[in-house]
Amino acid sequence: MKKIFSRPEGLTDTLMRYCPGCGHGIVHRIVGELLIELDIRERTVGIAPVGCSVFADEYFNCDMIQPPHGRGPAVSAGIKRARPECIVFSYQGDGDLASIGTAEIIHAAARNENITVVFINNAIFGMTGGQMAPTTLPGMKSTTSQKGRDVRKQGYPMKVCEMLASLDGPYYLERCAVDTVKNVIKTKKALKMAFQNQLDDKGFCLIEVLSMCPTGWGQTPVQAKKWIGEVMSAYYPLGVYRDRSKEAK
Amino acid sequence: MAEKKLMYGNHAIVEGVIAAGCRFFAGYPITPQNEIPESMSVRMVDEGGVFIQTESEIAAINMLFGAAAAGKRAMTSSSSPGISLMQEGISYIAGADIPVLVVNIVRGGPGLGNIAPAQSDYYQSTRGGGHGDYFTITLAPNSAQDLYEFPKLAFELAEKYRNPALILADGLLGQMMEAVEFSFEPIDPKSLPEKEWALCGCKGRERRVVRSYDLKQGRLEELNLRRAEKYTTIRKDEQRFKDEYCDDADLVVIAYGTSSRIASAAVRMARQKGLKVGLLRPITLWPFPTDVLADMSKRIENFLVVEMSCGQMIDDVKLATECRSNIHFHGRPGGGVPIPSEILEKIEAVLGGAR
Repeated sequence: MKKIFSRPEGLTDTLMRYCPGCGHGIVHRIVGELLIELDIRERTVGIAPVGCSVFADEYFNCDMIQPPHGRGPAVSAGIKRARPECIVFSYQGDGDLASIGTAEIIHAAARNENITVVFINNAIFGMTGGQMAPTTLPGMKSTTSQKGRDVRKQGYPMKVCEMLASLDGPYYLERCAVDTVKNVIKTKKALKMAFQNQLDDKGFCLIEVLSMCPTGWGQTPVQAKKWIGEVMSAYYPLGVYRDRSKEAK
Repeated sequence: MAEKKLMYGNHAIVEGVIAAGCRFFAGYPITPQNEIPESMSVRMVDEGGVFIQTESEIAAINMLFGAAAAGKRAMTSSSSPGISLMQEGISYIAGADIPVLVVNIVRGGPGLGNIAPAQSDYYQSTRGGGHGDYFTITLAPNSAQDLYEFPKLAFELAEKYRNPALILADGLLGQMMEAVEFSFEPIDPKSLPEKEWALCGCKGRERRVVRSYDLKQGRLEELNLRRAEKYTTIRKDEQRFKDEYCDDADLVVIAYGTSSRIASAAVRMARQKGLKVGLLRPITLWPFPTDVLADMSKRIENFLVVEMSCGQMIDDVKLATECRSNIHFHGRPGGGVPIPSEILEKIEAVLGGAR
């Protein structure tokens, strides 16, 4: 019998602790496949954030480091500048990147650090139990916005791609989603470009991925996928926000 | 004889760091250490190294975390408020057993304080500084020559024990010009051995993970106990100090850094007056030179601790001497700098009272 599907060598042979229906597993697999397809696994250093995907340091089959909450872009810059021959990616959630780590991500983008950022936006703090994130939608319920996010008191969500696109620094910015097969394929294409750009010494690339958190959202996995397509991607439109390869032409 | 040059303390650090084979600097402007990043921005680039002016001290310490985890000698410098911001990163770095060098050109505090020289960050430097069970190796220079030589020593100790190292100086040492002898052969970074724990891609080996967390029950306790053994070894083997006129002394002044320079003048003035006074200058603040003090306390009745603070190192003196001797104190906090005559007055008061 022919084996037609298996774990990519870019992921370790470990059971993942993510909840059923969580989007992290899909994005992990994409990155794991790309480490092999681009033949970069043996020269890659990955950064695991603080949050659900803190365990990414056990899952990606490459050298890994686990820095303080939100500081991934600074640690990435340190590794990349110290060892330019390494491929460096920072895997971060929305609490990590869009809340406590806003200064680090903005300045890494402004300096056009030659790193790849994988930004998981699931509109909630997953690990700590479903608190409001900077990306939580207006009216959306969380354990710290139990009556729904009231924008008069709790402000508006952060749109990271749009915000970073206002800077001259970044080379490539795209928002994707992993709610449908078609979108998963698009996400892989975007991430492949983001890693290839680093190989080509182009500079800062960030791929934002709208990702399901059924547990944090109080939904079934199927409902969560539907919610991304119908609600979340209406507030966070998918698409390319910066592509300097096109601007140059 | 090696080449000698008149230079600012802050510039001596830059040359010492480069001579120590370090080619990575990340930092954020703050007075009174700005000559360090300014000079680094030229010298590091000249030497083919990395210079990054960061968005904050938080980013700076985390860039060090990355560069040092990648196996390179990396350093930052700042002054008190900036060092406070770095404590999160220093705790993670200590928890991940990564060697880095942090230079603190201390200024008056708390808060924004002022920009005058101070020694009020002693507790922060010698008690870990951030959260969790850890210590940082802390060296206290008292001359531009030390500022040139200590970066090399700090990197060697940091790497030997896989632990962050601090150089605790102050605005006076940083801003003062003195002759510096380039006393050692500069280290070629390429000659430094690759670290067996460095993150550099897993070609031909198992992948490596650098982290400070371990959620599995009992394992963090084990890790911390192992690190505690390391600290015991450092405490046993790495105590450094200098003493002057201590052999026949009735009173020993204890001071480090700038205070020790001033106290040394006071001790010589006292000797000229026929008073049997000595000086003990701790060079490592952590590990504190407890052994020599414990020994001295068996024969010396009076110690005078001089600090540019309300009194922080005095606690370590009391612990080391186990309160066998009388511990007196003269402190100038908030950017105040003592002059030799006021220390001499204190010495005379103590010895007069003792008679």
